[in-house]
Amino acid sequence: MSNRATNLLVPIISVLLGLLVGAIIMVVSGYSPIEGYVALWNGIFGDLYTIGETLRQITPYLLAGLAVAFAFRSGLFNIGVEGQLIVGWFAAAYVGVAVELPKIIHLPLALLAAVVAGALWGFVPGLLKAKFRVHEVIVTIMMNYIALHTTNALIRTVSGGGDRTESIFESASLRSEFFQNLTDFSRLHYGIFIALAMVAVMWFILEKTTLGFELKAVGFNQNASEYAGMNVNKNIILAMVISGAFAGLGGAMEALGTFEYVSSKGGFTGIGFDGIAVALLGMNTPLGVVFGASLFGSLKYGALNMPNEAGIPVEIVEIVIAVIIFFVASGYIIRLFLLRAANKKEAK
Amino acid sequence: MSFLEVLYFIVPSAIFYAAPLILVALGGVFSERSGVVNIGLEGLMVIGAFVGILFNLLFADQFGGLTPWLALIAAMVAALLLSLVHAVASISFRADQVVSGVAINLLAIALALYLVKRIFDKGQTDFITERFQRYDSFGLSDIPFIGPRLFSNVPDFSDIPIIGPMFFSQVYMTSVFAIAMAFVAWFVIYKTPFGLRLRSVGEHPMAADTMGINVTRMRYVAVMISGALAGIGGAIYAQTVTGDFGHATINGQGFMALAAMIFGKWHPLGAMGAALFFGLAQSLSIAGSSIPFIEDVPNVFLLILPYVLTILALAGFIGRANAPKANGKPYIKGQR
Repeated sequence: MSNRATNLLVPIISVLLGLLVGAIIMVVSGYSPIEGYVALWNGIFGDLYTIGETLRQITPYLLAGLAVAFAFRSGLFNIGVEGQLIVGWFAAAYVGVAVELPKIIHLPLALLAAVVAGALWGFVPGLLKAKFRVHEVIVTIMMNYIALHTTNALIRTVSGGGDRTESIFESASLRSEFFQNLTDFSRLHYGIFIALAMVAVMWFILEKTTLGFELKAVGFNQNASEYAGMNVNKNIILAMVISGAFAGLGGAMEALGTFEYVSSKGGFTGIGFDGIAVALLGMNTPLGVVFGASLFGSLKYGALNMPNEAGIPVEIVEIVIAVIIFFVASGYIIRLFLLRAANKKEAK
Repeated sequence: MSFLEVLYFIVPSAIFYAAPLILVALGGVFSERSGVVNIGLEGLMVIGAFVGILFNLLFADQFGGLTPWLALIAAMVAALLLSLVHAVASISFRADQVVSGVAINLLAIALALYLVKRIFDKGQTDFITERFQRYDSFGLSDIPFIGPRLFSNVPDFSDIPIIGPMFFSQVYMTSVFAIAMAFVAWFVIYKTPFGLRLRSVGEHPMAADTMGINVTRMRYVAVMISGALAGIGGAIYAQTVTGDFGHATINGQGFMALAAMIFGKWHPLGAMGAALFFGLAQSLSIAGSSIPFIEDVPNVFLLILPYVLTILALAGFIGRANAPKANGKPYIKGQR
């Protein structure tokens, strides 16, 4: 079996194993897995409205996945996508409510604010990694909590003690009447085009620019890159900044598209953490992220239908997602298994 | 409120919040000293909290006052089993340890909430009836079994001026247990052959392997210890602080314990000190509005203090913090 085929088989087998484990858990706890998965399917593709909402859910997943994948390609593990997304969400919503401008200026400005906020939140761990060799995983985890508490405090200040800001001005909104009419008034918005454009941007940066070449080189081998005359520290910081910018933009999707406001949060949104799953499943390639985001976005939104239609708690899908991550991460053992199976075939 | 009164009020509360953090941070020390990064502490704590509460609710009638303690054992076993998943993935399957830890976190909260909804048919459990006993004045005679026999005539520590009311009033036995465990962990890691082996597989697994130490087995044991301690910590948190289990019960305590471990420089006593300090920050962020001086500090600064301090500690502004050398790297025999 070729290497390429194995690389594709690992995610597929992981997804199947994840769904299988989910089915087993449903059986053991006394639910019908067939009913459960039918309800999941209907929750994703049931009617035009659910399809619209599923696509809406995929939008931030695309950007969160890109953020994680981009950092991974440069050899960095950005667990801080969650925090970068939260600050991006706040920044976009703040610009959305603070001023009223013509749409042509207001919308780009709000998006830019989210990008800058996310990039800044990625810059700190990047800088610490470059200057002090501090592991980015821990710093980004801590930055997540700082983001959560800081934005909550800021929301309280901005809203004068309330739990959420006002809704943003129409001029900053990504809302799409065209999509609303098409999908029976789902919240699907123009952000999906931005997210897909960013997929192309990531591909372009990685494959067609010197910067992308250097970033990947640093990801493969820092010493070799250094020896080849590349500025490793600069590349580490840039990788985190760009990754954070993607994540911040993901927050803007929620701020300007889905909710059109920002509310204080008791805990994380989970989008950033699911972004890790998206990136891993997509093998950190731009196109792979599209597939990963589509799968996890669909699962996540479709799961909301499971309690209504089959009486099964939505958390079953989270379990499935966790198991998928687990198997993708343990790709070594799946590869070993495939290799043994292939060898056996040849022996016969 | 005078300064002393503030201390009498805030110190017991800080220790109260620190107890679960200490245990979970110690779990992190064991795991990371053996070279296995354990981001999954949060998830292990969640499972501990869930199983602890569940056991307490189910068996409170049979065991009475002993229930919370037995619930700790149940939570310990459950989290230990979950930590085995992390061990298998990160040690045997050579998975990225951080990714595996993230999966553990997602899995734990999802599984726990799934079961809560299955069993209770709502988003959170009922409140427990049997809680840990609080000692308003603590002394040697309060030690279970031997205390009343040997020390019944010794006056309580809380009678000591100044430090008595500060450290020995409103004492939970769980806090005593947590602090004692920190010293036990220090002894085990630094004064026993087991501890030496544990540290050696985390620093240089190949050298340890050459000396005949079974790296895989040591790492498995270390991850299981971390699971057990995190489970106990989670169950203590749920049974002392919240009293029920829902989606927001643990809410980052595991990550704060991870921060305490790093801030404590991967040392058991350092981790304990950091956990106590973070406990102080937590109790100030909750009770600070009624304390002079602190009431002027915006709450958000107290909330983010532990995380900011951890970043500063890592950046080397507060002494050097050196992680175990082989931390996060799977050991593959024969690979240079």
